[in-house]
Amino acid sequence: MKSLTILNYQWKDLVRGKWIFGYALIYLLISDALIRFGGSGPKALLSISNVMLLLVPLVSMIYGALYLYQSKEFTELLLAQPLNRKTLFWGLYGGLAIPLSSAYTLGVLIPMLYSGMLNGEQIVSILMLLALGIILTLLFTGIGFWLGLSYFEDRIKGLGFALVGWLFLAVLYDGLVLLIIFMLGDYPIEKPMLALTMLNPIDLARIIVLLEFDISALMGYTGAIFNRFFGSFWGIITAGLSLMLWLVIPLWGSTRKFREMDF
Amino acid sequence: MKVVIRIVFILIWGGLLGSADAQPLRVSQEGEIPTIAEALERAQPGDTLIIEGGTYREYNLVVDKPLTILGKDRPVIDGERQGFILVIKADDVTVKGLEVRHASTSFMEDYAGILVEKTNNTLIEDVRLIDNFFGIYLAETNKAVIRNNYLSASGERETSSGNGIHLWYSKDTRIEGNYVKGHRDGLYFEFVDGANIKDNLSEENIRYGIHFMYSDNCRYVANTFRDNGGGVAVMYTSNVEIIGNTFKDNWGSSAYGMLLKEINRSRIEENHFENNSVGLYIEATSRNMVTGNTFHQNGWAIKLMANSTDNEFKANNFIANSFEVATNSRRNFNTFSGNYWSRYEGYDLDRDGVGDVPHHPVRLFTILVEKQPQSLLLLRSLLIDILDAAEKVMPSLTPETLIDDQPQMKPLP
Repeated sequence: MKSLTILNYQWKDLVRGKWIFGYALIYLLISDALIRFGGSGPKALLSISNVMLLLVPLVSMIYGALYLYQSKEFTELLLAQPLNRKTLFWGLYGGLAIPLSSAYTLGVLIPMLYSGMLNGEQIVSILMLLALGIILTLLFTGIGFWLGLSYFEDRIKGLGFALVGWLFLAVLYDGLVLLIIFMLGDYPIEKPMLALTMLNPIDLARIIVLLEFDISALMGYTGAIFNRFFGSFWGIITAGLSLMLWLVIPLWGSTRKFREMDF
Repeated sequence: MKVVIRIVFILIWGGLLGSADAQPLRVSQEGEIPTIAEALERAQPGDTLIIEGGTYREYNLVVDKPLTILGKDRPVIDGERQGFILVIKADDVTVKGLEVRHASTSFMEDYAGILVEKTNNTLIEDVRLIDNFFGIYLAETNKAVIRNNYLSASGERETSSGNGIHLWYSKDTRIEGNYVKGHRDGLYFEFVDGANIKDNLSEENIRYGIHFMYSDNCRYVANTFRDNGGGVAVMYTSNVEIIGNTFKDNWGSSAYGMLLKEINRSRIEENHFENNSVGLYIEATSRNMVTGNTFHQNGWAIKLMANSTDNEFKANNFIANSFEVATNSRRNFNTFSGNYWSRYEGYDLDRDGVGDVPHHPVRLFTILVEKQPQSLLLLRSLLIDILDAAEKVMPSLTPETLIDDQPQMKPLP
């Protein structure tokens, strides 16, 4: 219950900052433009999912760390109150993650609503897109919190790590994967490749997008392991479960950190 | 008007004459003639056989004189896997309204539900062929018409299953409105000339929806081929018209919406390729017009091998394909112009509906995937987009001349 009160305060604070509206507005404008110029077909959905894969992790992670720094005094004040630290953590985390995910959801959903995309047969793709965005927001806000807590006194370091971490996961990691493929491509590396993708949450989300939109290309691949993985229901289930696992890890890390930290 | 009256008069007169002259032979299990074999023996050339409803367990029924065979209440002829069922060896035979089941399966002989051999003017209409090895087998026929039939089989493997409608050395055949499912190849043509194939639906066959070779001057119009093991294969043929067909849902590492191999001087127009691993695969194929087609959500819209030359790709729509064009060389001998590409990122300052900068349909990533198929896993990665953008500015691996210099800004109707 007390978590909810904290959450409420956070929410009011966010609204006063107007940041969150800007964030929702970005999605609204991008989605609107993409649907307006790309039609209400799969093309627009694909472009939106590309934007989602790019923007959600970046904003969530940076904002997660940043917000912790911003509300440092507020947190310290609350810590002096007779409050459970766990309650306080979930209040703070929920107070950021929930508005961020709602901003994303509304920003993407409203243009779809008024362009009539929700009645079509694309409803599954749209739901997947929304769910993925929300999960990524929760996940990367968690990572942002973790980084923020780890470098609570040193903002530059915390934000720097958040930025570099995003760059690594979004771009460099794939470069590494590509390098490995071209170095060891003659060996049967398909299973390790799949394992490698499971280790990066952005890649995982990307794979789920692929399974939804590019399945015909994936099925054109000449290898039994990929085909079995992607062709069956197991592919999407494994990827989904791994993403859930990913969601738990940073949250577990940050709750632990928050509980034991000497502010 | 006069002509019409005359025709009507002739028809009525002919009908009266026919009915007066030859009473139709009725085959019925309780009646005078209980088997089809007996009726075939007693019939005179030009007679009509009416087969009443019921199941007739007969096989190797040879029709060696011009007859009209009609089924009433859809009689079933069950071959009990003993051999051929109906063998037509005479000209001017019509078969309508039957159900033919269980021709024999063999590795040596091409047993068929209906075998038509060395005939003219055969008409097979509204026949159901269920669980036969081959369905309708035409060999050395002339002017046959196969219309509105339903063929289904449940073969598991290519070797134990035959083709649905099989044509060999046949001329001027019309194949219209048939449904074929679960055979090896839905439709199969070899050394066929001047066939007209229209409004057929061929799906869930083990190998190809349609498979044709050495069959010049044929027309394929408004057919649908979906979810076949290998899609559609078209080989070693000149002067074909493939117009308004739909190729759909063919998935797999060697499944193609349509595979063209050594096809020359042909027209491929207004077809719809949707949801295939590869929409159109082109190899050693020259001087064809590919116009007005739509490629929608395929893995690869077109795979164009470099031994194909002088093909023109004009006014096609490429919408939401994972890859637009893939090729295996840096040289290009074909032209692309005036197509709509949904991946096009250019602009149109003079507002004439044509993009001001050319479109490169072959991405760097297409080539990476050709070299190392495992890298397909990186599709839609930010890194790949960055690499593609860099390659677009300075092409070093992609074919420089494979471009569309008149990319449309809006999808073509």
